[in-house]
Amino acid sequence: MNPAPTPPIPGAALVLDRAAIERCLKRITHEIIERNPDLSKVALIGIPSRGIEIARRLAGYLKEFSGTEPFTGVVDVAMHRDDLHRHRLPPRVERTILPHDLEDVTIVLTDDVLFSGRTCRAAMDSISSFGRPARIQYAVLVDRGHRELPIRADYVGKNLPTALGQRVHVRFEATDGIEDSVWMSQT
Amino acid sequence: MEAAAVPAKPQATTATTKAPDIWTRKDLVGLQDLTAAEINHVLDTASAFKDVGAREIKKVPALRGQTLVNFFVEASTRTRVSFELAAHRLSADVINMMASNSSLTKGETLKDTAKNLQALHADIIVLRHSSAGAAQFLAERLEASVINAGDGAHEHPTQALLDTFTIREKLGRIAGIHVVIVGDILFSRVARSNIHALLKLGARVTLVGPSTLVPREFEPLGVKVTHDLDRVLPEADVVNLLRIQHERQRKEYFPSLGEYTQFFGLTKQRAERLKPDALIMHPGPINRGVEIDSDLADSDRSVILDQVTNGLAVRMAVLYLCAGVRGAE
Repeated sequence: MNPAPTPPIPGAALVLDRAAIERCLKRITHEIIERNPDLSKVALIGIPSRGIEIARRLAGYLKEFSGTEPFTGVVDVAMHRDDLHRHRLPPRVERTILPHDLEDVTIVLTDDVLFSGRTCRAAMDSISSFGRPARIQYAVLVDRGHRELPIRADYVGKNLPTALGQRVHVRFEATDGIEDSVWMSQT
Repeated sequence: MEAAAVPAKPQATTATTKAPDIWTRKDLVGLQDLTAAEINHVLDTASAFKDVGAREIKKVPALRGQTLVNFFVEASTRTRVSFELAAHRLSADVINMMASNSSLTKGETLKDTAKNLQALHADIIVLRHSSAGAAQFLAERLEASVINAGDGAHEHPTQALLDTFTIREKLGRIAGIHVVIVGDILFSRVARSNIHALLKLGARVTLVGPSTLVPREFEPLGVKVTHDLDRVLPEADVVNLLRIQHERQRKEYFPSLGEYTQFFGLTKQRAERLKPDALIMHPGPINRGVEIDSDLADSDRSVILDQVTNGLAVRMAVLYLCAGVRGAE
């Protein structure tokens, strides 16, 4: 066992370490395989920024466990949010990468933290402007509660009860240069 | 992603952790003050918005509920239409005001007209004006975002951004690219904005034209000035031909259009000197047979219509970024 990684914010408590994250993502992959008999129709679509890394990781496991290499892509949510004026600065927009034809496709949206549900709504709005997928499923590494919309995830790595003011921090080696870890801090 | 404490903006920090606060401007007045990072951020944002044009539904809700005023004190069709369509694609409401039907003709000052626009809760004002500094003047006095759509011979930032975007898209980079700008540099805000953007991003720039319109005074900016188009063409990666502005020109700058074409027009014969993959650009509207041969304008090398398409994406990006900052204040 490696020594505990350094918190990104002083005082933050470790919620998931690298091995736990790997177990979560592998379990989610098995659940995706169970729920979707025809894996060739599944596309893993990441919500920026760390949802993209999660989509990439799930795609790797999916290929390893089932032999099927799914389409992986990105859905921009910044230009589909209804609360631009609430942000201090305009969120970065990313290029959306979806399968050319969405007909019959099952999209699995991936994100690191599920909180209010507003990001997921924006992602679904964005996708619907491209076409009409057969269904959309939702996979998150951490569900921290406090939903503001009637949205739930189909696949959850960890349910993490939090107070509204607490913060959840996800770090990946690939995107942050910090060992894979999930943290919770009081502010 | 950090899920922030305030429920209203749980995803505010999504991608900014790696690149914090690149864009903090409510206005776009010119490119002279922008950093290379800011210019690149606009271009990156524009490439995401360009894809919106290829969707089944070519509209996103980013600026829903915001009002944009196209305030054009100087005539323009394509820039105004481009801004108008960009605003529609972002779900903003658009009002067009032309000099001829505004109260400017009744003696109202620019500032008073603008104050009135603000009193109507205009969120974004796109200004085209014949005086250099007009956009800056309004930006300093209004809470609304002010986007410069051309101020006298000073700057036309969105044109230069779309030119830069097109070069980057077609050639894959800006750094090290040799751009030759031909024509009326003296009166051209397009040239000035292009010079600022290209030099900041590491391109080489050569200005070509009659000595009356391309004075050596530009050299301290870091560009080369020459009056010999034939010699410079074989070294060019991009030739950007500026329109000869009949309406702005007084006769004494060059003897005739025919003579201009003879020395500085991109004729078929002259184009043979170009590298095979060199790009031909023009901000439009083109004077066929003056700055550029008619067939060349329609050839594969010409990216003139790509510039128009890209202009839409660049303007969506600029509106999105500036409105996003202003809204936060």
